Amino acid sequence: MIKAILVFNNHGKPRLLKFYTPYTEEEQQHIVRETFQLVSKRDDNVCNFLEGGTLIGGSDYKLIYRHYATLYFVFCVDSSESELGILDLIQVFVETLDRRFENVCELDLIFHVDQVHHILNELVMGGMVLETNMNEILLRIKEQDELEKRESGLAAAPARAVSAMKNMNIPQQFKELKLPDLPSFGNFKNPF
Amino acid sequence: MALRKVRNNLDRLFDKNLTDLIRGIRNNKENEAKYIAACMEEIKAELRQESSFVKANAVEKLAYLQMLGYDISWAAFNIIEVMASTRFNEKRIGYMAATQCFTTDNDALIMMTTNMIRKDLQSTNLYDVGTALSGLACFATPDLARDLVNDVVNLLSSSRVYVRKKAVLVLYKIFLKYPESLRPTFPRLKDKLEDPDPGVQSAAVNVICELARKNPRNYLFLEKMFFKLMNTSSNNWMLIKIIKLFGSLVPLEAKLGKKLLEPLTNLINSTSAMSLLYECINTVIAVLISISSEFPGDFTASIQLCVQKLGVLIEDSDQNLKYLGLLAMGRILQTHPKAVQAHKDIVLRCLDDKDESIRLRALDLLYGMVSRKNIMEIVKKLMEHVDLAEGSFYRDELLAKIIEICSHNNYQYINNFEWYISVLVEMTKVEGSKHGVKIAEQIQDVTVRVQSIRHFSVSQMALLVENAHLLLSGNAAQRNNVSEVLLAAAWICGEYSEHVRDVVGVLESMLRIKMSLVPGALLSIYIQTITKLYSVLLTKHEKENDWDAVESLDNLILSKLPEFEYTDHLEAQERACNLIQILKFIEKQHASRTKMGDAFAMLFEGELNPVAAKAQKRVPVPEGLDLDAYIYEPEPDSELSESESEPDVSFPTMTAQSPIYDASEPSYPSPKQSKKSKKAEQASQYVSTEESRRQRQLDIDSNPYYVKSDKKAPTATKKTSNVNSRGGMNRSESLLTAAAELQSPLEIPGVIGLDRYLKQQSSTMSWKTAKSEREKSKKGKRKGKKKRTQSSSDEGGDPVVVHHVNRDDGEMPEGAISTDEENEGKNGRPGLSDEFKALDMDLDMPLRADETLFVPQPYHRPEEVDLYTLPTSRPAQAVPTVQNGEKKVKKLKKKAKQPAEKPKKKTKPAVEKTEKPRKRIKSEKSVELNYTSISSTGKPSKEAAANAAELIVAEPATTSANGAVSHVSRLQSLGQNGDLSVFGKVDAVITSGPDETTEVKGVALIKFKNRGNDVLRRLELSVYETDRITLDTSAGVIDSTSIKLPFELTPKSINEHTLHLKFAAVDQSQKLKVTLMYCVEKADGIATEDQINFNLTIPAIRFLVYATIGATSYAFILANDDLACASEKAASTQPLKAVIDEITGASNFSVVEFHDSAVSLYAHSATDAPVCVLVKKLDAETYGVSVKCSDSELAKSVSNDLKDLVEAHEEAQNGQLS
Repeated sequence: MIKAILVFNNHGKPRLLKFYTPYTEEEQQHIVRETFQLVSKRDDNVCNFLEGGTLIGGSDYKLIYRHYATLYFVFCVDSSESELGILDLIQVFVETLDRRFENVCELDLIFHVDQVHHILNELVMGGMVLETNMNEILLRIKEQDELEKRESGLAAAPARAVSAMKNMNIPQQFKELKLPDLPSFGNFKNPF
Repeated sequence: MALRKVRNNLDRLFDKNLTDLIRGIRNNKENEAKYIAACMEEIKAELRQESSFVKANAVEKLAYLQMLGYDISWAAFNIIEVMASTRFNEKRIGYMAATQCFTTDNDALIMMTTNMIRKDLQSTNLYDVGTALSGLACFATPDLARDLVNDVVNLLSSSRVYVRKKAVLVLYKIFLKYPESLRPTFPRLKDKLEDPDPGVQSAAVNVICELARKNPRNYLFLEKMFFKLMNTSSNNWMLIKIIKLFGSLVPLEAKLGKKLLEPLTNLINSTSAMSLLYECINTVIAVLISISSEFPGDFTASIQLCVQKLGVLIEDSDQNLKYLGLLAMGRILQTHPKAVQAHKDIVLRCLDDKDESIRLRALDLLYGMVSRKNIMEIVKKLMEHVDLAEGSFYRDELLAKIIEICSHNNYQYINNFEWYISVLVEMTKVEGSKHGVKIAEQIQDVTVRVQSIRHFSVSQMALLVENAHLLLSGNAAQRNNVSEVLLAAAWICGEYSEHVRDVVGVLESMLRIKMSLVPGALLSIYIQTITKLYSVLLTKHEKENDWDAVESLDNLILSKLPEFEYTDHLEAQERACNLIQILKFIEKQHASRTKMGDAFAMLFEGELNPVAAKAQKRVPVPEGLDLDAYIYEPEPDSELSESESEPDVSFPTMTAQSPIYDASEPSYPSPKQSKKSKKAEQASQYVSTEESRRQRQLDIDSNPYYVKSDKKAPTATKKTSNVNSRGGMNRSESLLTAAAELQSPLEIPGVIGLDRYLKQQSSTMSWKTAKSEREKSKKGKRKGKKKRTQSSSDEGGDPVVVHHVNRDDGEMPEGAISTDEENEGKNGRPGLSDEFKALDMDLDMPLRADETLFVPQPYHRPEEVDLYTLPTSRPAQAVPTVQNGEKKVKKLKKKAKQPAEKPKKKTKPAVEKTEKPRKRIKSEKSVELNYTSISSTGKPSKEAAANAAELIVAEPATTSANGAVSHVSRLQSLGQNGDLSVFGKVDAVITSGPDETTEVKGVALIKFKNRGNDVLRRLELSVYETDRITLDTSAGVIDSTSIKLPFELTPKSINEHTLHLKFAAVDQSQKLKVTLMYCVEKADGIATEDQINFNLTIPAIRFLVYATIGATSYAFILANDDLACASEKAASTQPLKAVIDEITGASNFSVVEFHDSAVSLYAHSATDAPVCVLVKKLDAETYGVSVKCSDSELAKSVSNDLKDLVEAHEEAQNGQLS
């Protein structure tokens, strides 16, 4: 089971929090801070596993994380998940984001946190891995977006126009979150 | 209206949407809190508006603020409103917010969502269902789980993979919250392991894997199935899960492990995916662990393979693989330590790794690497790491590990205990460690167990006590640790006072302690130690008849001790008071030159032996001893009550559980003895006879274990005794001298730190002597194991120290055998939380009659009859018990029949009814698709009862005895032939379409039951669409003439399929023609094709929507003359209430008014027009039904339907009575 998924930036600012076991908001923020403390002091070329912090987990839990450019993606999982499998899952998640937002960067996650949530919902459900095939996930997201577009129809057109206009101001810098190639260890021969 | 809409749209433009909010927060970095507070107010205002768009927008913003740490649970109700929106976009926002903030605290609110979620689960829109399932997975509560489990189970047979997959996963959460559902549902879940879609299979494996991890025993019976999956699947995710699952099953069944070895070895050799390889190795290790005990065969090949592959991982440059390799290595270490030692060098190298995670894993492996030869070297290295460690976590881990390695197996690896004491003293100085307690325990333990070390240990401890003020000068955390160690140090100085060189110095330094700095527990130990040291000094001075010294000693203590009386630690205070009183008494005696030393020393005589941790529990109660009886009637205690002590094996620590007096009386380890000692105390006030002394000496001589002798011969020790304190100061004293200067605040003159100890040792002792020492100590160990003799402690002063180590587990009371059974009993299931205990149930057992999923919540509705079906091919169980419910309704329980049942029975169309009262909530619109209800009538005939064990199939409409009612939304027989029976029902779902028009959709559930003995394959439905009814293509069906069903029917099994329908007109009853084509595959392999035709009937009454209305408004509507009217008469003798219950149960009508002979009902048509019905009792046998609504066609259809319904009900009731 996955207990929590945290995405925060290099300064510990949360960009996406998803807890599959209930915590109060206060606890959640503590967890983010603690996890950030643990993760941020690690070099980039050390292993991606971390014995859990004191707030989240316990002996059965591990933090499995990846660091991309300005963002940390941290999954807190118990021993029923394969460590390397989760690393791949993070990769799938990030690549899906990359495909969805076309060169994803931190700003995309900031301004479209709802969509990130939707993508994550197709990936993990209630703490269990739902789908690992990127194309399938993208297809589902696309269909839902179309559904949304269809149902809002003409009625929402003005609002969309306005929000499009507003969105034009979003600075386009940082538009390059470079994704490293899939690391060698994760090469599932037959990826799902 | 239109204008308002436009205005709303314009308004929206100026609302702050999520993007604006985020931008705003970013622009207001300085006063973020203030900005957000303002936004919150805005959001609250928005939530009060009516527009669902505005609300959704507000909720979306709230979900974002939640991430920033703001509590949004106050908006739970608004979130539910948004979840209920008909627009997918808004619904999705609602669900997202709900998953973020709903916890069990919102229980009551979440309850409200039950029907809404149910509606979404039944939606024809794929993504409504998906969103609801995802949501449910996050915020399921026991209530939700119980109410919705049926709906989720229905989705397991959805034609859409996406839905099936999600439904399977959400089941796990439902099981957790509502464990009762596990057994009834499990067969369905098991079926999903054979789902045609690999994704669904994988999800099912995932769920079972999670379940099995907590309660593996219950899943052993699935072993074969998983074997099959493992051999056929190429999905690595699933393989990993299966292999993990096997890993948790193997410890229970060694045979399974044996079978697994070969396929796993093959996988290890063939796979290129590291993750899979790693899991395989892990499971092989689990196999080896379980196997090695039961089948003592030769598995070195497997071990070698694992170790070799792990070696590759550890040496890999990828840190992740290195980490995992070490992790798995740690597991092998437990059973096959030798195999791991090959990688000793790499592991030791990993200790220097820059990565903390890896260092920690390497630390875990250390104990496999340690030997008597290299322990000093390794510990030295670790101590260096301690100095370098940055985080306190790692440092603590290191310290714990050092202690663990050294104390492993009662100090198995340690030759040189002086070195070990030095290490411990060194560790005391480590800043901020949390291991004060452990260090203290170690120091005490070693000192007690190793007699020859006592002199060295005491000299070190005395120095620690004397320099307590220096040690305590650190910060608070440090002080805590030091206090713990001081506690041990003081205790050792007191207990082994004969080794203390400068008794007065130690005594004075203790009396000088700054009481504000140290915890009370330490003070109470101090007082105890002061008492002991006083006793030593007193005895000495009295022996020398040095009365001046005696007096000054009394004065010294009596002048300082009163300070201790003011400490706020109760125990310390009490002890101080006691001691002062005793000393005053002694002082008085001294005034008359009476020697008190010997008598006083008796308090502390006797030898302390290590006692097994479990000993206290195991003390057998002697025959005839009533522990609850008073020993003597209670009366005011004498002043010497302090000697009434609880014996205990633990060392004094500051932790709460240590008994109050344990440290004070370590030498009286049994209650009897302490009783005796009290007598001894009193007796010693008088004269101690020569005889008792001799007697006692005899006792001690005859058995070195003081404790034991007491138990062996309790009568023998009853006599009082008086012995000189043993030992005395007869050991050679100066062993080590100390450098005088202070190097650091924590550097104490005289305390031999590790460095200095090692230096000193290397200069004084060559390795050769060390070797001989080792040999000697080996002998010593053996000797120590057998029995340690009292006299051995007197052999101090050897030039080469030979450590006699008492490595026993410790003493146990007579008659108690040291076993592990207690532990086993307690730890059989370590850490299994209640949540999972509830799921511990045998899943292979056939279901009991009372085990059904039911929809709860009684309302004023008559109990209905349930047909509970299980598409399973398990043996039929005994007759479900017939319970006569109040209304004589029966619960029908259907069981799949064992395929191999007697042939003659198979031909009988056996119908079996069982009954069980069953209740439903009014607003629930007959939603159980799977566990459908039919109205059954008549008691089970004798014949039926006789056939109870037969397969029970509900064929309500076909047998007259049943008198089945063709209810809407209840399962109807649609047709049957020699091979198949078909049942079905249709539920209508009314939704608003994209362009705000009303759309009527329906879900037709069709169940197929294989009546024959052959397998039916290639089932294919073709639906003849009409102008009025078409298949809903958005549900994923492309060709209505050829719908392939995703299952096959084994003999006697049942499966089902849902069709999603779209209705163009709903004003009258409709029919849809369906053909099922199938292929019968006989046992001899010959396949023939066949087909069955049937009609789906959808009465107009099904399209009504539940709505309520007040009596006034109702009258207002009826006053409208434009309404079309239709009337029917129905023959029924049933009471009005029963008829109305029947109608409301079968349709969506709500009761407006209830009179004696008439009832008005209300509902909405699919187009939201009102439909009014009046049901009147005309005479004893006739009811009049009149319907008023805007559409005459609809009115006619509805009145007809109602008539049918009432008459069918009558028939059913009559059938039941006859």
